[in-house]
Amino acid sequence: MNRVEKKKRRGRILSEIYAILIYSVLYIPVFVMMAFSFNDQRYNYYWVGFTTKWYGKMLTNTALINSLWYSIAIAILATVISVAIATLGAIGLQRYEFRSKKFVNNMLYIPIIVPEIVLAVAILVVFMTVGVHLGLGSILIGHCTFCIPYSVVTIKGRISGDNMSMEEASMDLGANRFQTFWRVTVPSIMPGIVSATFLSFTLSIDDVVMSNLLAGAKQSTLPVLILSMNKSGITPDVNALTTIMILFIVVAMILNNIIKGALKKRKTKEA
Amino acid sequence: MKNKMKRKGPVLAMAGPVSIWMILFVTLPMLFIIYISFMSRGTFGGVVYEFSTESYTTLLSTVYFKVIIKSLKVATLTTITCLVLGYPFAYFIARKPREVASKYITLIMIPFWTNSLMRLNAWLLLFQTSGPVNNFLVETGISSEPITFVYTDGLVALGLVTSMLPFAVLPMYSSIEKLNKSLLEASADLGANPKKTFKNITLPLTFPGIFSAIILTFIPSLGIYTVTDMLGGGKVLYIGNIIKNQFGVIRNWPLGSALSVLLIIITGLLIFVYTRFAKVDELEVV
Repeated sequence: MNRVEKKKRRGRILSEIYAILIYSVLYIPVFVMMAFSFNDQRYNYYWVGFTTKWYGKMLTNTALINSLWYSIAIAILATVISVAIATLGAIGLQRYEFRSKKFVNNMLYIPIIVPEIVLAVAILVVFMTVGVHLGLGSILIGHCTFCIPYSVVTIKGRISGDNMSMEEASMDLGANRFQTFWRVTVPSIMPGIVSATFLSFTLSIDDVVMSNLLAGAKQSTLPVLILSMNKSGITPDVNALTTIMILFIVVAMILNNIIKGALKKRKTKEA
Repeated sequence: MKNKMKRKGPVLAMAGPVSIWMILFVTLPMLFIIYISFMSRGTFGGVVYEFSTESYTTLLSTVYFKVIIKSLKVATLTTITCLVLGYPFAYFIARKPREVASKYITLIMIPFWTNSLMRLNAWLLLFQTSGPVNNFLVETGISSEPITFVYTDGLVALGLVTSMLPFAVLPMYSSIEKLNKSLLEASADLGANPKKTFKNITLPLTFPGIFSAIILTFIPSLGIYTVTDMLGGGKVLYIGNIIKNQFGVIRNWPLGSALSVLLIIITGLLIFVYTRFAKVDELEVV
């Protein structure tokens, strides 16, 4: 008996160590990236010495700051457009029966499954042939084309039979279609909409492939700028900016969890 | 209940925008690229609208064929590595209580909110000739001089595996988590040893998750060009790089389209196999 227990314990310790190893492999690049934002060298080749100057200097790097704002603007626009279309679409596809439903459902899986480069190239060829000017508009269309499917899938997962009977109740009680939509349907699938918003924003702001191919010559997004800097060497101010961005996201996540927890507590208290 | 089936208005308003978007920016471009792949290349790039199978015969020529085989090999190795590393990890998380497990999952996702290119660049910083890893190797005397890791297939492989690992872990986690624990107990009670239980119960029942993981790692690593660009320094080329180049400097659209069609076919085949034993909806993508 004792031997069996010992063996079990050893197994447990081994699996803990294994998990820690995997997590380290995932986190090492993040910490290395952060560490090199404090490197006192013009291009990051090796460690020279500690400095915080890049956190100030990055503000004077106009190409970097412009691309950051451009990326944020695109991410916001793409998220708003995608989530709006996807919310309607998810409800429509879940709720109604129509002839092309299966076709549309299958189409939605293409941007999720097919390599992004294929979709980007396909859209690019159509745009070049038709003569669409490459720029903000083309990037937006590209980003929405992969944000919409992910959003539809996310939101569809939250629509269940309950929502439907609530809607029927709302209509029976005299609300019209629009009132029912805004006051019953949308609030009931809100968690799905929130996840879709978060997902679309992160997909868009980190996208390289679509932006790279559909950007045109004028302004590039932050990831595309980083990709082009790679040849000459990435300067530590980019590490500084990326470090600030991840800290911002982590703080936002923690705040989000605190608020969620507080709301849950209040709800259970009320009940 | 009945009259909503007849009304066309709300259906159009709700499913209309998404359907139109998908047809305009997914269906049409995909069909167009298949069409382009059968056209001729222009002398100065672009397309001449004359039927030709030239781009497909070019694909079979040695240079491109080698790249295709190499890409398939690398994608296969990446996928296998992700499965082998990811399955025990997914199993470890799935055995934790739900609340704890969801924290562990979030812990996997956090690094992925850092710009992916900067994470790849970090591997370069770590492994470059005068970087920390080489310093350590030389100072401890493990190696007499710095080893060239930079711009090698090995470093690209490391970048690929670390980029893809979560996409392998997540679907496998959710299918291990759904596994009915009483089946495992029953198997043990009936005298099967852990190895046998794993082989006869755990593995077959979590197979849909494993296959999702295969699709979600194999297909992206076949088309990805950022990893090779960042860590291969333009020396390591896979299908993704070749496709991108046809629409940039080289401007051979039909060839780029033919390569894209090849990727579509490979994807289609994998999905077809997948649908033999699971539904596409169950592909855990989000």
